[in-house]
Amino acid sequence: MSRVRIVSREAACIGCHLCEVHCLVEHSTSRQILKAFKRERPRALARVHVEEHLPATLAVQCHHCSEPMCVYSCLTGAMQKDSETGIVTSDPERCMGCWTCVMVCPYGALVRDEARGVVVKCDLCSHLVTPACVAHCPNEALILAEVTP
Amino acid sequence: MTRYVIVGNSAGGVGAAEAIRQVDRNGSLTMISEEPYPAYSRPLIARYLSRETPEERMAYRPAGFYQALGIDLVLGTALEGIDTAARTVRLGGGRVLPWDRLLLAVGGTPIVPPAEGLAEHEYFTFTTLDDAKRLAAHVSAGSRAVVVGGGLIGISVAEALVKLGVAVTIVELAPQVLGRALDARAGAMARCAIERAGVQVYTGRTVARVVGRESGKRAVAGVVLDDGVEIACDTLVVAVGVRPRVEVVAGTDIAVGRGIIVDRHMATSVPEVYACGDVAEAYDFVLGANRLTPIWPNAYLGGRIAGRNMAGAEMVYDGGTAMNSLHSFGLSIMSAGTVDPPADDAAYEVLSCEDAGRGIYKKIVLREGRVVGMIFCGAIDRAGIVFGLMRSGVSVKGFKERLLADDLGLLSLPADLRREWMQR
Repeated sequence: MSRVRIVSREAACIGCHLCEVHCLVEHSTSRQILKAFKRERPRALARVHVEEHLPATLAVQCHHCSEPMCVYSCLTGAMQKDSETGIVTSDPERCMGCWTCVMVCPYGALVRDEARGVVVKCDLCSHLVTPACVAHCPNEALILAEVTP
Repeated sequence: MTRYVIVGNSAGGVGAAEAIRQVDRNGSLTMISEEPYPAYSRPLIARYLSRETPEERMAYRPAGFYQALGIDLVLGTALEGIDTAARTVRLGGGRVLPWDRLLLAVGGTPIVPPAEGLAEHEYFTFTTLDDAKRLAAHVSAGSRAVVVGGGLIGISVAEALVKLGVAVTIVELAPQVLGRALDARAGAMARCAIERAGVQVYTGRTVARVVGRESGKRAVAGVVLDDGVEIACDTLVVAVGVRPRVEVVAGTDIAVGRGIIVDRHMATSVPEVYACGDVAEAYDFVLGANRLTPIWPNAYLGGRIAGRNMAGAEMVYDGGTAMNSLHSFGLSIMSAGTVDPPADDAAYEVLSCEDAGRGIYKKIVLREGRVVGMIFCGAIDRAGIVFGLMRSGVSVKGFKERLLADDLGLLSLPADLRREWMQR
């Protein structure tokens, strides 16, 4: 079974962090950049982060793995992989903030929302045609692609 | 049509049921549990006790799970016997159930260390929701509790009791708390956090005697430690750990070591009988051999492999290892594998760094250039990358120091390894 995920291309990444900015905005309440950064408290969290070991930079988010260790290891059942879309999501109502998923993610892609005591993660912006990070990447370092398995 | 019977309805049983149904939609699937509840998250019982998570939010799977997977769920029913020749199980109430594939995911029972007067008095264990309900009904703000055991279960019940306003004392036999998960340094950091919450901690001590309030009555008045120290309490919790319920296979040919021995398919020594979870002694990828690792994620992982193989879609168990993410008492500590290798064993190399001001302590244990153990305290967000290196068994020669750096990330890996890693 193939799956859709965001592929991060290190060679194309310019380290601008725009993916983080637009991910945060998309996951804010207002979905407006100024309000999201200046007004909303606690501030929304980006679910993508840009690693920097200059000159190299690399955007990292969930791979929606075909064998998702985070789902298998989740202590409460909050972390689930949708059997049809393949999207891995965490239900904040059921997450206990034990961070076991953080420990088993080989990408370091999961984000601890310490204010709410739950993990948050890339949901592939499933309400959008193109995820916000992909849409706003100025150099196609982030692309939406079908991968196998 | 294959008849699947799963004894046990927790992480391992659910993992197997989900895997079976990914392969075989038609076989009959029966799950049997002694407990009266649909699968619930066992680690949440501490939050149930502290009234942070109500019972209805403890479900491990959504409502309708059993129906959607076509599972016949038999609750409140004990396994009384296994006939591996006739391929049946005998259940409480006299019911006999035939099977073509059997999974034993029956878990563990609390270890209760011997102490004079213990059996004659009221004490609590802490592994099931019913345990948590009994304890919740017994304690109130101002109660005084002694928790025997400073491991994961002991610490989690202690934290819940503190949140309820209970004065808590932990008594741990080992020289440090969380001795199986942490080394001395991290154990000291954990102890510090626990004591800061007002918990009294005794290490290297055990409860020698339980003292009752009134002769002939079960109510507890206190305990006496092996060095003679007396601690008054009204609540005694025994939270030392669990031992595999191997007694369920007594009288069968199913091979048992410390747990039910399974191969890399999670199959026991008897054909068509599988085991997983706390009852099983399964492959540990750090040890390269079987051992008990009674933790929730490994139960699910093992159950999933068992289920696949039971349904005929072969899958090999990569193995699990001891691993824990400690979050009680405001701690953020991750540990996995061999965290405290013998100091005189030259096969091991230990890398560590500490920044006490920021509450950070990191340790990576290598053997033959590969990660076999890790502790990350205070800086845990990218620890999964090191755990991933440990699971994959790749050599970290040439970049091992970078794994302790503040900017640990995928860019810490060599480019060729990273390319491979990112393509998965």
